[in-house]
Amino acid sequence: MANPGSQMRGKVAFIGAADTEVGKLPGRTPMELCAEAALKAIDDAGLKKSDVDGLLSCSSMAQPLMYPAEALAEYLQMFPRYCMAVGAGGGTTFSAIHHAASAIVTGMADVIVVAMADSMRSGLTRDQAMQVQATTGHPEFEQPYGPTVPAYYALIAQAHMAEFGTTSEQLAGIAVACREHACLNPAAQMRDPITIEDVVSSRMIADPLHLLDCSLVSDGGSAVVLCSAERAAELRDDPVYLLGAGEGHTHEHISAAHSLTTSAAKEAGERAYQMAGLGPKDMSFAQLYDCFTPTVLVELEDLGFCAKGEGGAFVDSGALKPGGSLPVNTHGGLLSHSHPGNPGSMFALTESIWQLRNTAGERQVSNAQHGLVHAQGGIMSSHTALVLSRDGG
Amino acid sequence: MNKLLPPETEVSRPFWDACKQGELQLQQCQSCDRLQFYPRAICSHCGGEGLLWRPVSGRGKLASYTIVQRGISRAYEAPYYVVLVDLEEGVRMMSSLVECEPGEAEVGAKVEVLFQDWGEGHVLPVFKLRDE
Repeated sequence: MANPGSQMRGKVAFIGAADTEVGKLPGRTPMELCAEAALKAIDDAGLKKSDVDGLLSCSSMAQPLMYPAEALAEYLQMFPRYCMAVGAGGGTTFSAIHHAASAIVTGMADVIVVAMADSMRSGLTRDQAMQVQATTGHPEFEQPYGPTVPAYYALIAQAHMAEFGTTSEQLAGIAVACREHACLNPAAQMRDPITIEDVVSSRMIADPLHLLDCSLVSDGGSAVVLCSAERAAELRDDPVYLLGAGEGHTHEHISAAHSLTTSAAKEAGERAYQMAGLGPKDMSFAQLYDCFTPTVLVELEDLGFCAKGEGGAFVDSGALKPGGSLPVNTHGGLLSHSHPGNPGSMFALTESIWQLRNTAGERQVSNAQHGLVHAQGGIMSSHTALVLSRDGG
Repeated sequence: MNKLLPPETEVSRPFWDACKQGELQLQQCQSCDRLQFYPRAICSHCGGEGLLWRPVSGRGKLASYTIVQRGISRAYEAPYYVVLVDLEEGVRMMSSLVECEPGEAEVGAKVEVLFQDWGEGHVLPVFKLRDE
């Protein structure tokens, strides 16, 4: 039987969290944004950079570096004993957290900063951005047919609609819910309310996905600080504990996925819940990877918030909205807060920390006790789920 | 401006050579008899190293489809279909659907292979809707 991770459960806590501004930030490099986020997160933890002995980061598309974590350490003149860059697409963020937690438990580092940033909005030329798209699929057996990134996810949406009768309006409901949360978040990039009609009448990008089914393109950076639960309890009275972490990996290319409508979010969630000793019904909120609306639909089902095929009806129930039974993407998500590439879901993590500290302002989920955050990379390829809690028990 | 061309490898070359002859071929494992796509140096099911090329029907069904409304480059004139095809022989591949107007395709539709010049001597398998 697989190790359920009892050595990690509740042994690691988040003590610092910070975001930079997001949106359109011309003239600022990913390195500058990443350094700013890292220093702010260290400050939020009440520590100095010399207290940090572990550093995790990821490569940025606007400023590709061979060794991005070492470059960040050099830029900040930090000299960690644990330093690594992670690359798993949009899943990079929480895979990095999973590794950081493991490193703390095993003594590889005591205080770890995970900092990531990119400038997808201002740092890439249009041709570079299209080139990023064109290199996403299998170079020999997918790319020649000209799929765009939205097209890959459109294949998932179309399959879900055909199998379960899911509608465009139900997908649109996900974008509307994220926007309602973003309207309550002064830091979000998009804060004008939208309706289902606005989404389904927006320009078609790749059938059945409309423009407003697609996430934003943003600049921005975000960072968190982790340490042992014992150290965290000495440093602050509201640490946020990592109770569960799980990953699932089934394919790299969508044409090799064994299912278009069930993803490895299922395994990732089951592993994270098992470690935490909690289930989907215990979650006060969920931050689900929303590069396109259909990913949220599949993740709601795979992570156990509703039965397979019932994601559309679950969205219709209003559960995802502010005040709903399962608020989803309380900061606005990639759809309405920001999406600066691979670092995108870091903002879902910092948001979760603030929710569990009870400092999320107007968008605070009442009595938030436990939260699930999930990210995926590739085309529903690489999944990590984390269960976070106010309670380390 | 050219469309993206498949970077052939020694292992995959028989697949592309067969396309040039108007035939769809897949690798079949001599140890476990199973077919695989895309081509690999080993059988992804059993690890067998003895792989033979076998012609297949070229018939299948649409597992899913989308219509790209903004092409990935100027070489791709939108709108165009990107589809996943489940071949009768049990493997799935990405492809294009041609000779098909928007609104005509649906998940589960029967399709058959044809071959298109992709530029610089490359020939790619694409699909069209198949009459009953």
